[in-house]
Amino acid sequence: MGLLSKKDLKLITDPLADNNPITIQVLGICSALAITAELKASIVMSIAVLFVMGLGNLTISLMRNIIPPKIRIIVQLIVVATLVIIVDLVLKAFAYELSKTLSVFVGLIITNCIIMGRFEAFALANGPFRSFIDGIGNALGYAVILIIVGFFRELLGSGTLLGFKVLGDPIEKTGVYAFGYENNGFMLLAPMALITVGIIIWVQRSRNTSLIEDN
Amino acid sequence: MEHIELFFKSIFVDNMVFATFLGMCSYLAVSKKVSTAVGLGAAVIFVMAITVPLNWLLDQYILQEGALKWLGEEYATYDLSFLSFIMFIATIATMVQLVEIIVEKFAPALYNSLGIFLPLIAVNCAILGGSLFMQSREIASLDLAFNYGISSGIGFFLAILTIAAIREKIRYSNVPAPLRGLGITFIITGLMAIGFMSFGGMLTGGDVEETAEETTIVTTPTENNTIEVSKEETIKLANNEKEIIE
Repeated sequence: MGLLSKKDLKLITDPLADNNPITIQVLGICSALAITAELKASIVMSIAVLFVMGLGNLTISLMRNIIPPKIRIIVQLIVVATLVIIVDLVLKAFAYELSKTLSVFVGLIITNCIIMGRFEAFALANGPFRSFIDGIGNALGYAVILIIVGFFRELLGSGTLLGFKVLGDPIEKTGVYAFGYENNGFMLLAPMALITVGIIIWVQRSRNTSLIEDN
Repeated sequence: MEHIELFFKSIFVDNMVFATFLGMCSYLAVSKKVSTAVGLGAAVIFVMAITVPLNWLLDQYILQEGALKWLGEEYATYDLSFLSFIMFIATIATMVQLVEIIVEKFAPALYNSLGIFLPLIAVNCAILGGSLFMQSREIASLDLAFNYGISSGIGFFLAILTIAAIREKIRYSNVPAPLRGLGITFIITGLMAIGFMSFGGMLTGGDVEETAEETTIVTTPTENNTIEVSKEETIKLANNEKEIIE
């Protein structure tokens, strides 16, 4: 890694595990849960957030010295909203079906706390390059959780991955269905997303005991 | 009747937190004590009751396709709906600022109790989500939009109040160490969401299709459809054969 110094590399690797935006910083949960019933939707959502976070952090960091502190929230919202409109229009043009599945949750990237949180906590105080790296890192941390949750919910809920029937055909009883396996339709419903994230937090914190909260 | 149905539907069936996961961030962050949870909940009801009708007017008279007709016939073809994100969020941010100033001036006691939560609300997903759902569900009139804003706010209030009460009590329980704090809150919220799903049967018609649209995966219904179609076809074919024989 000649391009990145050790300090910069840490900005990318930290949010992946020990300082994960979803499980540790408690940011950006709203959209993370609602769209994870399919792996494909979670991957697309991750890419959208990656784009918005990277460019948004970069823009805010470039403007950080000319934004009056009193109206910074509105400036931040306008920057994010512009980027999200671009994402929304691109999705509508090239993946219309998927944009229907994501429905209002693309728009909700604007109020995704992960983005505002990183603007406030990092981009307003650091240079453009480091802010860009930080945005990418946090978006990747967000993506990891989204993809894990999406993977398990789609696999256990409908027996497919990205639409491919990896477990066999439930109607013609091939693959594991021949042995009496049934899809757990409950995994597709909203509450299971919360419980899946709860279990991820459980696993993560029992492996890394320094993250345990007092109460 | 329409009003009562929408009211109960937005509070229980399409609850902001449990059915659509909106406002999760503040829901998790501000639910450690009941008193602060009540403050945030009240602020959300207040702001939603103002912003949803306001955004409804914006959507109806500026953003929708053909909404600019009141300016003259030549504007009837304009479709500005791609601007809705930026318009809605700008409305919300300015309204929050305005409400903050007015409340500070005329009701200092209320300001002190809502105080720190008002600016937070500008970035609460529940508020923007309320306006976006209002747009995508095509709510028909201004008073229905007002009703939708208030009742969604009450739904959020109810959710944050119950989780705060549970979290105050759970402090005295012996939760497994890695689950303490965030983990157990997630799992409790999941269980509460399962409980709220039982309200789905409260109102019949309409809402069943909507929830199915949001949660089920597309592949399964299509498979069922094809089977139904093929059954129908076989029946038709059989009938045709009968006719021919006759």
